[in-house]
Amino acid sequence: MILLTLALLFAEFSILAIGGVASTLPAMARAVVAHHWLTPAQFAALFGVAQSSPGPNMLISTLIGLHVAGLPGAAVATLGMIGPSSTLTVLVSGVWHRFREARWRRIVQAAITPITGGMVLAAATFLLRTADHNWRLALISAAAAILTLRSKIHPLAFLAIGAGLGLVGFS
Amino acid sequence: MADELNRLTHAALFEGFFIAGLSGFGGVLPFARRIIVDRRHWLTDAEFADLFSLCQFLPGPNIVNLSAAFGARHRGITGALAAMAGLLAAPITIVITLGLLFERFGRNPLVHHGIEGLTAAASGLILATALKIAGPALRIPASLAMVVLAFTLFAILHLTLPLVILIALPISLLLAARRVK
Repeated sequence: MILLTLALLFAEFSILAIGGVASTLPAMARAVVAHHWLTPAQFAALFGVAQSSPGPNMLISTLIGLHVAGLPGAAVATLGMIGPSSTLTVLVSGVWHRFREARWRRIVQAAITPITGGMVLAAATFLLRTADHNWRLALISAAAAILTLRSKIHPLAFLAIGAGLGLVGFS
Repeated sequence: MADELNRLTHAALFEGFFIAGLSGFGGVLPFARRIIVDRRHWLTDAEFADLFSLCQFLPGPNIVNLSAAFGARHRGITGALAAMAGLLAAPITIVITLGLLFERFGRNPLVHHGIEGLTAAASGLILATALKIAGPALRIPASLAMVVLAFTLFAILHLTLPLVILIALPISLLLAARRVK
């Protein structure tokens, strides 16, 4: 039963993830908290763990599945997240090239980007509010955000530095 | 489907995306591009851009969609599965290992503090991502309005995701149609 719930939940996110998985992060956080699977803080922590692994950011779904129902949960959540959207992509990819000059393609692209921006901003707000429960943690977040935008430092470096600062008691 | 002569084998699809998935810290796209375009010359720059635009256009994890579309072009459904499996094999193994360690040791006070710092940094990274996506939109008043609308509907009015898309997408399409030539 719980596997079915997981599969349906992530299949829904797969189809609603316009512009990419990041736009579903705030809805994902809301859903796992509503199901009493995770607290907001645990969700934020799992997000941090998912970001420390190589690979696409849909891995957060794997971790939620793992937390909720072990390895079968991880499998079901992952397949739910990638199944519907990749099926759709394979179906559409055959005809996509034909529309490369089409105006509607540019319209849809221009329409999607700001919505994705607003949703990822909502995800960032949620994660920052959850993760930064003191000024030192807020400082780590701010430094990571600013340096990512202003330098070419590898993102993994910020995660390592953040974890290191936490370990030595800075958090 | 690609020409018979240029069709990649299942093993080649798996291997190419396996390397991209394994190197892809903080976003797989640049690594996938490097392998597909620069190293193996499987696609030209323009072809890659066209394929990626499809995957951004459709919902779901962009890079997984890309591996599926690319794999399917060469070997049909089994090709799509080979490319997706290659892309995800290593990351899923690693993330599950990390996840199990987290479940086991996450409550240890020392580990807990490390995770707090890690999470704070990860939250900062997603803020940077949000600003990067929203950045170009902020210069166009209509797009800025859509960023604000999507944020408000979800984060302030607490509407569900389907409802947000149902309201925001038609408005955004209308605004974009007036702007895009």
